[in-house]
Amino acid sequence: MSYSGSFAIAGVHEYESRWAPNKTSFQIMGECSRDALADAGLSLSDVDGLFGASMTMGAMGMVQFAEYLNIKPRYLDGTNIGGSSFVSHVAHAGAAIHAGLCDVALIVYGSTAASDAMAIGTGNSGGRDPSAAFVSPYGMTLVSSYAMVARRHMHEFGTTSAQLADIAVSTRHHASLNPHAKMRQPITREDVLESRVIADPLHLLDCCIISDGGGAIIVTSLERAKDLRQKPVAILGSGESVAHREIGRPDLMTMAAKQSGEQAFAMAGLTHSDIDLCTIYDSFTITVLLTLENLGFCKPGEGGAFVENGGIGLGGRMPVNPDGGGLSSNHSGMRGIFLVIEAVRQLRGGLGERQVEGAKIALAHGTGGYLGLMHSGATLILSSD
Amino acid sequence: MATASKQSDSKAKIEGGREYDPPAIDWESRAYWEGAGRGELVLQRCRACDVVQHRPRGFCVSCMEDQLEHFVASGRGTVYTYSIVHQNQMPKFRNALPYVVAYVELEEGPQLLTNIVDCDPETISIGMPVYVEFKATPNEKTGDQLGVPRFRPA
Repeated sequence: MSYSGSFAIAGVHEYESRWAPNKTSFQIMGECSRDALADAGLSLSDVDGLFGASMTMGAMGMVQFAEYLNIKPRYLDGTNIGGSSFVSHVAHAGAAIHAGLCDVALIVYGSTAASDAMAIGTGNSGGRDPSAAFVSPYGMTLVSSYAMVARRHMHEFGTTSAQLADIAVSTRHHASLNPHAKMRQPITREDVLESRVIADPLHLLDCCIISDGGGAIIVTSLERAKDLRQKPVAILGSGESVAHREIGRPDLMTMAAKQSGEQAFAMAGLTHSDIDLCTIYDSFTITVLLTLENLGFCKPGEGGAFVENGGIGLGGRMPVNPDGGGLSSNHSGMRGIFLVIEAVRQLRGGLGERQVEGAKIALAHGTGGYLGLMHSGATLILSSD
Repeated sequence: MATASKQSDSKAKIEGGREYDPPAIDWESRAYWEGAGRGELVLQRCRACDVVQHRPRGFCVSCMEDQLEHFVASGRGTVYTYSIVHQNQMPKFRNALPYVVAYVELEEGPQLLTNIVDCDPETISIGMPVYVEFKATPNEKTGDQLGVPRFRPA
């Protein structure tokens, strides 16, 4: 039996509140673990693999969280490659399960970024270590690292701020259909273009929100998942990669998504026309546009035309982030886990107004880090067929 | 020489509202930052494969040979991309808003992350020729005479 299709997601849970000043991040992680296990019809004693990352956990985070839950898993993976980590964890969990190193993997995340008033996008980048010395003197915020990519895309391909704005508009419409989303009031293209500039050419409404939040995912073999409470969502393809400064000669238009996406499609034996919906890390509007190009849903430079006028909305050419994404539903610092959770919920079906009708196959892609500096990418292709 | 300091408590240098702290240096990056302290843009070239690599490293990652040399670059380049930053919560940058972060593509090949200074941000465009200048940022604790390269319209 090959790795592809051998394992499945059996349980998911997304923390419902976006504001949790009276909770610790471990408490959010613990409650999500409990509720994802209940969703799968499993209990904590079934968990023998533990995977997770957060913005605040240190290098021993998974050891500390095992202590918190009072469990002794036989497989631990605290990989932190930025916000894409949890997409990667699903693939790593599948590999461990396929190799017989664990049976039930718990992937977990929690954050109180909003109630801790973290300045995620507009604090400085870098730090004081010698490699960061090439970054930190210049005041490159997280937002401006993405803004420089947007500027270059506009220069090379004629992409417009209005096209980027349409990504925010579609995503907000999706959020208006999600009762748990933080920002549910519909917005127009003009609202985005008239919102204040954070790092030119990106406006406030081109940027993801900051919320509290968390989530958990239960991964097990497809065989075992078939006997559990929910319809299994199998993983057919996975890939991960990085993009970085390339000794000084990067093409900022090429994301890690290009390599990770090609690998995931090849493994799944599927093409773009097989995909019913995407969940794509939408830290900023430009992230979605460039990811769609790099995943091959359109050619380089055609992303603007692909996304404009509801192209990525429900009923559009490719629905993206039907939960309202990081732009409008939730973004507590590392959003990758929510990409997987929404893909699973869509493939299970029954989401009402925000349901992508008849969705059978979804693609989730996470980007972690600074788009214009260095970042990771992780892709999954999921199926309920 | 003493090991490069990772932390600096020297007095901040303020110009145009912005502080440039002395960069944290190590043995791989010392020549670059000391060159900037002398007003020279120092890059690394491999004598074995002729590749110019940036940021500097202890060996050439293109051919894995240990035959690197440092040379003074022309200081000329063009704007590859840029952003005008309007929000930064850190006080030393907040006082300098709006300012311009950019990648400048050097004549010698590599791109540098930098600031574009001494011009109206609205006049900057991709492809615009720029020339390097340096802000001296001595580390008063270690005595290292360092600098930070940035660019202005050529």
